[in-house]
Formats: sequence, structure tokens, C-alpha cells
Amino acid sequence: MLKKLLPFVEHAIKKPVWDCRMCGQCVLHSTGMTCPMTCPKTLRNGPCGGVRENGNCEVIPDMQCVWAKAYDRKVSLPMPTVWKEHFNELRPPVDMRLQGSSSWINLITKRDQQTPAGWSTTDSDH
Amino acid sequence: MSVMREKLENSNETVFTAEFPSIDGGGMAKVEKSAARLAPWFDAVNATDNPAAHAHASNTSSAIAMKMHGIEPIMQIVCRDKNRLAIQADMMGAALHGIENISLLTGDDVTAGDEPETRRVFDIDSTQAINIARILTTGQYLSGRKINPAPDFYISAVENPAAPPFDYRIERALKKYRAGAKYLQLQICYHPDRLEKFCAGVAKIAPDLKLIPTIVLVKSAKPMSFMNDKVPGIDIPLDSINRVASATDQADEAYKLTLELAKHALSLPAVRGLHVTDFRHDDSLDSFMYDLGQKPRN
Repeated sequence: MLKKLLPFVEHAIKKPVWDCRMCGQCVLHSTGMTCPMTCPKTLRNGPCGGVRENGNCEVIPDMQCVWAKAYDRKVSLPMPTVWKEHFNELRPPVDMRLQGSSSWINLITKRDQQTPAGWSTTDSDH
Repeated sequence: MSVMREKLENSNETVFTAEFPSIDGGGMAKVEKSAARLAPWFDAVNATDNPAAHAHASNTSSAIAMKMHGIEPIMQIVCRDKNRLAIQADMMGAALHGIENISLLTGDDVTAGDEPETRRVFDIDSTQAINIARILTTGQYLSGRKINPAPDFYISAVENPAAPPFDYRIERALKKYRAGAKYLQLQICYHPDRLEKFCAGVAKIAPDLKLIPTIVLVKSAKPMSFMNDKVPGIDIPLDSINRVASATDQADEAYKLTLELAKHALSLPAVRGLHVTDFRHDDSLDSFMYDLGQKPRN
């Protein structure tokens, strides 16, 4: 029951504020409280090379680049230091199976931290 | 070992890369002609992946064709057209044919191309793709399934030093380095000050990351205006456009400007070479390379 209800509640709250796309693996806290899924290319690790001179999006010229906004907010908004530190972490590919599910549940159950067995972000060379 | 890896990792030599003309028709005869023009000057040449969202012969097939004609390919893979399975397949296909240099990019949006109605994929982003290429070199797919022996890639990526958010671009370069990129080819930049700041910033936080800025050979002010007006991510100062536009000999002035930009770029920290994009298709490529102190290879 809760599993069915929570996605509605979550969407009702997060859609108006962050234009939430219900990816089910929310990273807002580490992206300057800006949803990377609203980037037309759904980039979760920073802006593409097509950002316009005025800081707007390559695809939607009237919209500020999601990552330009995220970076501005990361720098200027008061938020916990640990959130700011997470800004440059390598976020893994989206798990498409979580689309439409509640990221709150996935956070509590740690389902949103599951990555494919081969995924690692450490390299002995670096 | 790829020439790119050999030169960038085991020498202090300056490397020169270029863009292979997209292949649409004309078969191997056409490939041979393009290869003959580029071979004397370049260590490696990019095999592009549907550049500017226009369909062409595929990245892998182009890279193989180039290799057959004595050109070392840097095989690009963009995230726009393929999901993570297809991207890993591209990488393993490259390895199968002995292609070591792979470069991972986001890719221009479909709206930049001639089929803007296309579904965009972006299942993964360029930094994730870099990391996946690195994971393959450890002997496994993203799933953890083993690959024996592991492919040996020399991984690179692309960054735009001249587009906002400027400060973040430097941090993003470090992120790409940490994911597995050994060098970055930089997008077209007509702002020497921005390039300088970017290179200095990278040299400071990622000293082992090599940078290869792009220089564009143009014949007149027209393509400069075109890039400035039509290509998101490229901004060309009006002073530079006017300098070429008001010259009696535009081709000559454009050449001089390009040479100044190239020499400046080569003087910057972390810079280990140049990527040359030739929109002139005349004999100026040869003069340009001679003016940079290069001699034809072989």
C-alpha cells in the first residue's frame, strides 16, 4: 500500500518544486538542489559542451543550463558541506528499473545505491 | 602501443591530431584520398560518431578503414545514439580490430542535425562512458561479466574550455581524469584568456592530464560568423571576426589569426599538442604545420 501511495505523494511535492521526473534515485542534494533529469540530455555528471554564451541550454535556448544553475546554487546556496563535497562525485548510470518508484523508499532500503557488479569508481592508476 | 599513448606517456613530444572527413560514399577510394592528405602531419585522427547529429558511416567502420590506410584512429563514441550495451559493444568492436584510442563524448543534440525528430538516447553520460571504458580494461563488462584478456584502451574525452560554467569546467576535467581519461581534446576556443585560465586550472588540480586544444583553419570571416551564430558552445569575439572581415585579404588574415591562436595554445601549461580542424581544404594545412615547426612524417 505504502509502496503505491508514496510515489504519488513524492511526485506531488517534488514536481512543483524541482520538476521531478521520478527517476527513483534522487541525487538532488549532491547536484545543488537542481534535478539533472530536467537536462534534455539527462546528464548526471555535469554540463555538455553546448552551453550557450549566456549560460542557457543548447537544446532549449530559453532555459538556463541545468548544470550552470546547479553549479551557481552549489556555490551560493547555504547547504551542508558534505552535500557540496558530493557535487563532484561520479554518479553511476541510472537504473531504468527504478523509474516511477519512490526515491524515499529506495533511499531507506538502499536500493538506490545498488550498482551493476562491474561498476567501480576507483582506479589503481589514479 | 598506440602512437598517442607512446608520445603522451613516454615522451615530451607535441602531438597533432585532426578530424577525419565524414564518410558518406565513394568507398575506400575516398578514404584513401583523405588519408593521404592527413598522414604526413598527424599522429592520430578522430573517427567521428555521427558528428553534429548527422548520420554517416559508423565510428567503428570508419576507424577500421582509417587503420587500413595507415592512419591511427581515435575512435569517438557519443552518448546520443546508443545505450550502454551498444556503447560497450562499440568499445569491444574497437578492441577486436586493434583500435586502442577511444574518446567518449556527450554528443551534439539531435536538434543540431538534419533529423531532429530522432529519439535521443543518453542512457549514460560521457563521464560514465569514460568510467565504463576503464572498467572494460580491468577485464569485465559493466555487469561484472569477465573479459579475458582485457582490452587495452588509451582513453580520452573532450571538454569545452570556453563555455559556461567556466570554473566548473576545470573540476569536470578532473572528474573525467579520475574516471579514466588520460587526455582531453578541447573544443574550439577563440578566447585565449579562457583557454589560458582553463589550462592553468587543470595543470594545478590534475597535473597528469594532458590537454589538446583545437585550432580551426578557416578561409574567411564567414565560417567564423556561422560558428558564432549557429553552434551552441562556440563564442567568437566580434573583434576577431571583424579583424578578418575588414582585411583586404581575408584568407591571409584568417591564417595569421589562426597561427597566433595556435602558438598561444601550445605555450600553455598542460598542453601537449593541437587538434587541427581544417575547413579550408587548400594548401594552407601544409604551411600551417611548417609554420609550427613541423616536418612531414615519412
